[in-house]
Amino acid sequence: MSYKTIASIANDLATKKVSSVEITKYYLERIKKFDKDLNSFITVNEDAALSSAKAADALIASGKAHPLTGVPIAQKDIFCTKGIKTSCGSKMLDNFVSPYNASTIDNYNAAGVVMLGKTNMDEFAMGSSNETSFYGPCKNPWDTQTVPGGSSGGSSAAVAADLAPAATGTDTGGSIRQPAAFTGICGLKPTYGRVSRYGMIAFASSLDQGGIFARSAKDTAMLLNVMAGFDEKDSTSVNVEVPDYTANLNDSLKGKKIGLPKEFFNQHLDNSMAAAIQDAIKEFEKLGASVHEISLPHSDLSVPAYYVIAPAECSSNLARFDGVRYGHRCENPKDLVDLYERSRAEGFGEEVKRRIMVGTYALSAGYYDAYYLKAQKVRGLIRDDYKKAFEDVDIIMGPTTPSTAFKIGEKAADPISMYLSDIYTISVNLAGLPGISIPAGFVNNMPIGLQMISPYFKESLLLNFAHQYQTATDWHTKTPEGF
Amino acid sequence: MSLTAVDIKKIAHLARLKMPEADIEQYLPQLQNILEIVEKMNQIDTSHIEPVANALDLSQRLREDKVTETNQRDEFQKIAPSVESGLYLVPKVIDGE
Amino acid sequence: MEWEVVIGLEVHAQLKTKSKIFSGASTQYGAEPNTQACAIDLGFPGVLPVLNKEVVDMAIRLGLGIDAKIAANSVFARKNYFYPDLPKGYQISQFELPIVGVGHLDIMLEDGTPKRIGITRAHLEEDAGKSLHEDFLDSTGIDLNRAGTPLLEIVSEPDMRSAKEAVAYLKVLHSLVRYLGICDGNMQEGSFRCDANVSVRKKGAEKFGTRTETKNLNSFRYIEKAINYEVERQIGVIESGGTITQETRLYNPDKNETRPMRSKEEANDYRYFPDPDLLNLVVTAEQIEKVRKSCLNYHNKNYNVSWKSMA
Repeated sequence: MSYKTIASIANDLATKKVSSVEITKYYLERIKKFDKDLNSFITVNEDAALSSAKAADALIASGKAHPLTGVPIAQKDIFCTKGIKTSCGSKMLDNFVSPYNASTIDNYNAAGVVMLGKTNMDEFAMGSSNETSFYGPCKNPWDTQTVPGGSSGGSSAAVAADLAPAATGTDTGGSIRQPAAFTGICGLKPTYGRVSRYGMIAFASSLDQGGIFARSAKDTAMLLNVMAGFDEKDSTSVNVEVPDYTANLNDSLKGKKIGLPKEFFNQHLDNSMAAAIQDAIKEFEKLGASVHEISLPHSDLSVPAYYVIAPAECSSNLARFDGVRYGHRCENPKDLVDLYERSRAEGFGEEVKRRIMVGTYALSAGYYDAYYLKAQKVRGLIRDDYKKAFEDVDIIMGPTTPSTAFKIGEKAADPISMYLSDIYTISVNLAGLPGISIPAGFVNNMPIGLQMISPYFKESLLLNFAHQYQTATDWHTKTPEGF
Repeated sequence: MSLTAVDIKKIAHLARLKMPEADIEQYLPQLQNILEIVEKMNQIDTSHIEPVANALDLSQRLREDKVTETNQRDEFQKIAPSVESGLYLVPKVIDGE
Repeated sequence: MEWEVVIGLEVHAQLKTKSKIFSGASTQYGAEPNTQACAIDLGFPGVLPVLNKEVVDMAIRLGLGIDAKIAANSVFARKNYFYPDLPKGYQISQFELPIVGVGHLDIMLEDGTPKRIGITRAHLEEDAGKSLHEDFLDSTGIDLNRAGTPLLEIVSEPDMRSAKEAVAYLKVLHSLVRYLGICDGNMQEGSFRCDANVSVRKKGAEKFGTRTETKNLNSFRYIEKAINYEVERQIGVIESGGTITQETRLYNPDKNETRPMRSKEEANDYRYFPDPDLLNLVVTAEQIEKVRKSCLNYHNKNYNVSWKSMA
């Protein structure tokens, strides 16, 4: 299988080697041909995509185009898209046609980027395997008996199988980085506040962040240039200048210090995975960086803190889904309580209900201090661990996941073991830091990811390291057979 | 802090989730397991630590007091399950304010 | 008289901003249903609140007017409950850290003596929509125009000892908010709403009696009548050997009586927590000074309470 990068597509469009309509048609054909085996898309907007592509071609011809005008990508079905179904992977929003656009969608539209469709995801972004989706599981193109990861499983699988050259995702506890690792592509979660959350259906407001799936650091950088930026409609959006994220890709890594948290190389980590990650890190040493052991002493508290904060916030965020103004409504409600109880019980799946209940309990009278307040304190400790570590090193690395993609159905019955697949990614969201996962090899023929974490707003550094690694290695060019 | 079926009934009602007995039996052990993981936080003393709500410790931005929105009632109510005369309808509520 | 009456009042004053507290929709009264409810007010998936500058200024004005401390840091919290006029399933309010702290208002009693009524706090929050029960046979119609209108909730200490004192306090507060230009005080339209917490106890008793909260009081006359009714009722219950149930009651002006609200909230657990979509509200000394100076420009000859802090 050959694939096209965002950079090469943009170049071909600019040099008129290909038109946006042709490229868009190419991907739409591939989706038609292969997606029945993957189930990575919930909605494919053929007509709308081609009409955007046509408009893009006209813009390119007029010389007024943005560098990414005419490039088609897929959007996670968590971003509200005006006039287009936005399901968030849930029966609750199966009939929801959003009356407005998320700011991220507006940003992409302003750049002339074409939308191929909306991708599959765990319901309301709650999950690590895409198995909780109302629309059925998505398959990992590397082995269709395995999960692509979650919650942004659809976006990740689509890019890995080249049904889209790139896609957006969201990451609350690892939902971009973990699927990227499982499917052998790049997945970036920016700093909290870097990308607007307006129109990005909320799961855990203080943790959610929109981000990117792409094949390379360069592609990721080009897309981040469009996605990042201050939005006055989002109070948590940070007014920090957006640099050109492609500008520092070629900076030398000489003298840079890499920190390896000893807590990330513990008993949870698969041996072959540990070995492969160590090999990846040796590449960085060859590139001139030095490696140092560091400690993030409160790491083992990140899963407990997360499983209070995220459910608590989601229990409140999902209260708006009540069958009154939009979304699923039960038939013949006999009174108000019945309207609420049945609409919500029918509209939400099990994992969502579990988390709503945990969250409701954690916030309830008598438990707030012991759970929510405590978790926010632990969060402070975790953030400060990173702060301290970054006094000594420039970047932190480790495995993205403890093992490779697990089989569909393997963990669905045991929510706890599912939660533990996020142990390396969760602390990054609690601290609000940016993190990226890049393909770093294979274990038992399945992709593995290397996670890199930088200080706030240093996505350029992450992309620089990723790009340098990708000039010295070719893991990111590997593609699954059969697609 | 061991969770019971009575707790689940209460929580389900607070969250307005219809919860038949069979479901309570199914969710109870699952929720107990999750809370067991959460208990781990009690291993550490945090009495001297400030809670962190926003990792970046920023403060609230303010917007100008200006009317910027227009009437989009028709657009918004196109997707509403039950409306009449511009009002959203719910089963009759007694003793509303 | 062997009985002592204890009254505390909660006033919700609608702040007269042009746009809502967290969205840019208009706050104008009287519009066609749901024509002033934008995506944010309707609680669509993905929408987010951004705070209106003017409401902060208005809260500061009120704080200065009651000699209260203005919090340098205050926090917006979510009050979670389900009701159709509350689109998000939570009201954005303030809980542990309100913007205005302890203050007071001085009133004049009937005999001409002054009395200081304490104010516990005042905080910012958003108003809910309106439920219309009369218009449909089997349904209630919801109008969300009012959802998101800024409110300042002003909570008094339980310092009043008669319905007349309560009305005196309310009249002074009513004048103050109009004088400060933060609220038009139109009780008919619901811009100045009052809930009365009433309890009785034997004169000389140390502990407070169980209190009830009476809502739906939209004129000074009704407030006085409702409080008096409630006092009579409570005394009657206790004297005949019963106990007072802590509950919310509604005043019916036609029958001149209060009756319990049908379990609207049954001792609701609001699960307050800081709203993660909003950040810490910082108010600086400079800001307060700016507001103080701007208040000195108000000319309202009808306002007849002297304000040391305004001089």
